Amino acid sequence: MNCIIIDDEATARAIIGQLCSTVPSINVLEEFPNALQAIKYLNHNEVDLIFLDIHMPDFTGFDFIDTIKNPPKIVLTTSDPNFAIQAFGYDCIVDYLVKPITPERFKKAIDKAEAIKSTKTVSTDSKSSGQVETSSGNDLYVNIDRRLIKIDIPSIYLVEAKGDYIQVKTEDKNYTVHSTLKKIEEKLPKDLFLKIHRSYIINVDKIIDIEDNSVLIKKDVIPVSRSNRPELMKRLNLL
Amino acid sequence: MEQPNLSYIHSMSGGDKAFEQKLITIIKKEFPEEKSIYFTNIEAKNYTLTAENVHKLKHKISILGLVKSYDVAVDYENNLIDGNTEGRIEFEAILQIMTEFLETI
Repeated sequence: MNCIIIDDEATARAIIGQLCSTVPSINVLEEFPNALQAIKYLNHNEVDLIFLDIHMPDFTGFDFIDTIKNPPKIVLTTSDPNFAIQAFGYDCIVDYLVKPITPERFKKAIDKAEAIKSTKTVSTDSKSSGQVETSSGNDLYVNIDRRLIKIDIPSIYLVEAKGDYIQVKTEDKNYTVHSTLKKIEEKLPKDLFLKIHRSYIINVDKIIDIEDNSVLIKKDVIPVSRSNRPELMKRLNLL
Repeated sequence: MEQPNLSYIHSMSGGDKAFEQKLITIIKKEFPEEKSIYFTNIEAKNYTLTAENVHKLKHKISILGLVKSYDVAVDYENNLIDGNTEGRIEFEAILQIMTEFLETI
């Protein structure tokens, strides 16, 4: 992989360069002390991977990513662990290294970068090995193809158990994640979501109608188990 | 007080003495510059810029194996972001120890 290093600190560039020299598959093309010089370089050169510092004067690492079109794979290198969640909002970011970077952690980042063949966004019905990682506020992060994909929780209308996987259906996309209904249930707000069957969790706000022992939610007719029905009825604003 | 060391540099150099010397040379050049900018900004009471200087100096603190001092720097950086200088004396003592250490290597 051809890579560049962007960091305003010469010490950091030297360390990352040294770590790169221990990996035969990595070829460092250039080093830059600021993002603007790197942008000029990228206008005329293609790279596979960028080691990018976040805290830089005038133009931060995130400013840099927002500026370039079709960013390559990026490994963030920073002394600040507080941007990890923000970082995983970017499809191009494959890892987040907190300084001082150890050789072991660096190797893991390279393995991740090499494992990801494409930085394109997850497809409409992606199926992959992954799991529900964390939730923060209105967001839920699911691990797909070793990347944490952010899902807006209120947009989820249905979660269905499918063997070793769960399918998370949202307004825009469906995600198939290697996880369990129990795990995702713990991450979803209880005032919005309800398990109505051993294989289904629904967003109560998205119900269109209820008929006998089933609910219509979007275009899906979902069975309601007898034991879960009283709780569902309690949650409805019945006239 | 915690003393600087070269453990991290040794651990990541893989025994490459030329690299170790190169890195030490860079640190010896860059550290006084960063320290000088820090003192300019703290004297000017520009705490936002000072926090950025501390942020950058943190990396060198960790490179020199100062684990507890790193935590002191983190707290000080956060205080500066909030507009107060609590932790300044401790942080500047760390800078002094690093300065003295770098003169010995």
